[in-house]
Amino acid sequence: MQEITDNLFTPVPKQLNEQEKITRPSITYGQDAWRRLKRNKFAMAGFYFLIAITLLAIIGPYLQKNGYDVQHLTARNEMPNGSYWFGTDEFGRDLWVRLWWGTRISLFIGIMAALMDLFVGVLYGGISAYYGGKIDDIMQRFIEVVYSIPYLLITVLLIVMMGSGIWTIVFAYGITGWISMARLVRGQILSLKEQEYVLAATSLGASPWRIITKHLIPNALSFIIIQITFTIPQAIFTEAFLSFLGLGVKVPLASLGMLLSDGVGSMRVYPWRLLFPALVFSLMMVSFNLLGDGLRDALDPKFRK
Amino acid sequence: MKNILEVKNLKVSFHTYAGEVQAVRGVSFELKKGEVLAIVGESGCGKSVTSQTIMRLIPSPPSFIKEGSILFDEKVDLLQLTPKEMELIRGSEIGMIFQDPMTSLNPTMTIGKQITEGLVKHQGLSKDKAQKQAIELLSLVGIPRPETRIKQYPHEFSGGMRQRVMIAISLACRPKLLIADEPTTALDVTIQAQIIDLLKDLQEKIGSSIIIITHNLGVVADIAQRVVVMYAGKIVEQGTVDDIFYRAQHPYTRGLLHSILRLDDEKGELVPIEGMPPDLLAPPTGCAFAARCQHTMNICLKEDPQPQLIQDEHNTACWLLDKRMRAGIS
Amino acid sequence: MSDPILEVCNLKKYFHVTNGVLKAVDNVNLFIRRGETFGLVGESGCGKSTLGRTIMRLYNATEGEVLFNGENVHQLKGSKLKQFNRDMQMVFQDPYASLNPRMTVGDIIAEGIDIHRLYSGVKRRERVSELLQTVGLPEEHASRFPHEFSGGQRQRIGIARALAIKPQFIVADEPVSALDVSVQAQVINLFKCLQKENGLTYLFISHDLAMVKHIADRVGVMYLGAMTEVANSSDLYLKPLHPYTVALLSAIPIPDPEVERKRERIILEGDVPSPINPPAGCRFFARCPKAMPECQVNTPLWIEVEKEHYVACHLYK
Repeated sequence: MQEITDNLFTPVPKQLNEQEKITRPSITYGQDAWRRLKRNKFAMAGFYFLIAITLLAIIGPYLQKNGYDVQHLTARNEMPNGSYWFGTDEFGRDLWVRLWWGTRISLFIGIMAALMDLFVGVLYGGISAYYGGKIDDIMQRFIEVVYSIPYLLITVLLIVMMGSGIWTIVFAYGITGWISMARLVRGQILSLKEQEYVLAATSLGASPWRIITKHLIPNALSFIIIQITFTIPQAIFTEAFLSFLGLGVKVPLASLGMLLSDGVGSMRVYPWRLLFPALVFSLMMVSFNLLGDGLRDALDPKFRK
Repeated sequence: MKNILEVKNLKVSFHTYAGEVQAVRGVSFELKKGEVLAIVGESGCGKSVTSQTIMRLIPSPPSFIKEGSILFDEKVDLLQLTPKEMELIRGSEIGMIFQDPMTSLNPTMTIGKQITEGLVKHQGLSKDKAQKQAIELLSLVGIPRPETRIKQYPHEFSGGMRQRVMIAISLACRPKLLIADEPTTALDVTIQAQIIDLLKDLQEKIGSSIIIITHNLGVVADIAQRVVVMYAGKIVEQGTVDDIFYRAQHPYTRGLLHSILRLDDEKGELVPIEGMPPDLLAPPTGCAFAARCQHTMNICLKEDPQPQLIQDEHNTACWLLDKRMRAGIS
Repeated sequence: MSDPILEVCNLKKYFHVTNGVLKAVDNVNLFIRRGETFGLVGESGCGKSTLGRTIMRLYNATEGEVLFNGENVHQLKGSKLKQFNRDMQMVFQDPYASLNPRMTVGDIIAEGIDIHRLYSGVKRRERVSELLQTVGLPEEHASRFPHEFSGGQRQRIGIARALAIKPQFIVADEPVSALDVSVQAQVINLFKCLQKENGLTYLFISHDLAMVKHIADRVGVMYLGAMTEVANSSDLYLKPLHPYTVALLSAIPIPDPEVERKRERIILEGDVPSPINPPAGCRFFARCPKAMPECQVNTPLWIEVEKEHYVACHLYK
């Protein structure tokens, strides 16, 4: 404690504008969310795991000389060993290479689903909510009709028409998969529409397009991102399910679902054929979900301060 | 004169992700029996945290009490009680009225149930007796046809009515101390006048001591006998209501009085207090008001002023009132 | 006497809700002169915000007209509409909801400039800096985000945004109600200063009569969708005619203990009724201390009792 002397009782001149200074460094919404996400250990584990899987999906197949469809008939049903890291299947195909090819396909489908969510779902929901009234009614009724058609039925019909394969699956998703996103975005925007900053933009003369793209969607972005982190695993799961049923990608292309299907068949005799795809698949699903949960907490503006 | 409440050097902080936020930094005041004390201050000054700490309503964590004692009825330190012991006091000896009448009543319970709850629990009354008293209370707070309204739900009442119901609930067990946290801020002006009138009336009838927390100096002038002015987690000035309004010494109090508008004023100049209150994450050394004060001295930036007695019960924490200044140095 | 920049004639704004018709604004007449500040006061549900927004074209009018510079605002189209958007601007109540949290302060302020393509590049930046300085904020703040600012600062950013395109008329909807008392003074002084410098006309909406008395030249009092009294600022407070105005003034606490101790208050009984399916006759009948049988049956006419002092009340014929 400093000694209090008389000479301290002298006035201090005032500096103007000192009071309006902000001492904390500027932090954008994104930076703040990232910082909060980093503190969530589970979400970060999921995040790093997904990065690892993606990297392996890209470079994995190149680590072995074999193609995914090359049959080594002398090395059939081998357990994991030095030359075949994950073993081989009944046709002698390298399972390491097939697994990572399969992951590539699954990730591809997931990304296509996310893109469709973004471009079709977000815009549809946004326009429906912004205009409201009759337009909203019509657009929503349309969605309800499409939504009520069973996804499997559509997929099977498309397979009959277009043949099975990766693009058929993507197309089938394209018809119904974006609906949840459209609904979510519509809900968000209906409430954001009433915010005063939207009214301010309207009174400044902003066009509907500007309001939707500059004001409404950026503020719904956090929900969109979270929804995508749940859409991707859903799409991947659906493809796996279809492949499991035999409706998926064409042989000899491998998807995770097909590998799982193959593996289940010989589960008791050659367990590794199920083990590796199942591990990768389950961990991928869990990672997406953990990341999604973590993002939801990190992006929620109420939790700040 | 007995003191119903003695708060000594209360310090309450919050653990946040950015660090420790010192919401209350050493608050001491007394409330005499039967008195109405107003705690005035702007947002972030710590007045709500202080009142909620008296009721032990703030979850801990993230809050924690660093220091201090709250002596109730000269008998018990509220900060030392266990949660169960505190439950017995809440509602029966200390009542609280909250700010927002829309959200402080349970929407799924009838008004009658919410009033009789306390009566049955704290006073052990039978359901019938409690019901009768609830009806009496409702008419005491000015709700017409209480026998019918007692069976209704909160959404069937208007804002002003709900506030009256809250007052009835808080007074049900004739508490010794009533804490009213911004009871009229969310209400229209004409309804506000009704509620303040009601509180004054009830205080006479029941004799509770009241702490009213508000930022509206008009309400303070109407209902309070003594005033505590808070800024940035500390008390900067306290005294009788006349002391504060007519003989304010602290630059913040004076600034506040000059920056508010009076209905009976001629078109004078509004003199605002420039700047903003400090961030309590890192409270400044020295006086928290120094950055905005017109009379800052070197000492103000270095040392935190302690309360200086001016007269009777009027004291203020300001270096301008230090004996060296009063002796005419510099 | 300058000419009226705004005229509101028999304006009605009704909303259809599930249990009937919400008559938010019911047959309101008023005019505002160029360069003056018109204060609009009333309690919750009286329709003052709705009136402000209908004047701004944020709502359509159910009936009646709003004439700005002689033109009916609800019939404007094309370039005339764009001009209107530039001439009339609004400052909103909630400083925490009136700024887009995802935009920088600079972009928020320049939104009007961007929409009407007034400047770009260096000129735009200069204009934003100029505006920030006008409202008393350092120009570095242009790259920051709203959440870093206090309520008072945000409100000033909102004012800068409204000023950016050089409006003639500003509707201020409870611009200081959400702010701390000592900060309110800062913002009110800014409003007054800007009016002098730019020759602005204000429609100042508030429930705080003391505030309105300080800043307004003329004041209108609304109750349940109807305009009950309009007068000069000083006349309204010294010689209020309508019983509601009298009660309202009496209900406001004055920060002066001596005055409060001596005061005779008129405390109104009952609650503020709902504007849905209002009864016939004078809206204030149910709570009026001077009610007469006629008041329940006939709606009172809008009469000029003294010079520039209008009332709608059966006590004055």
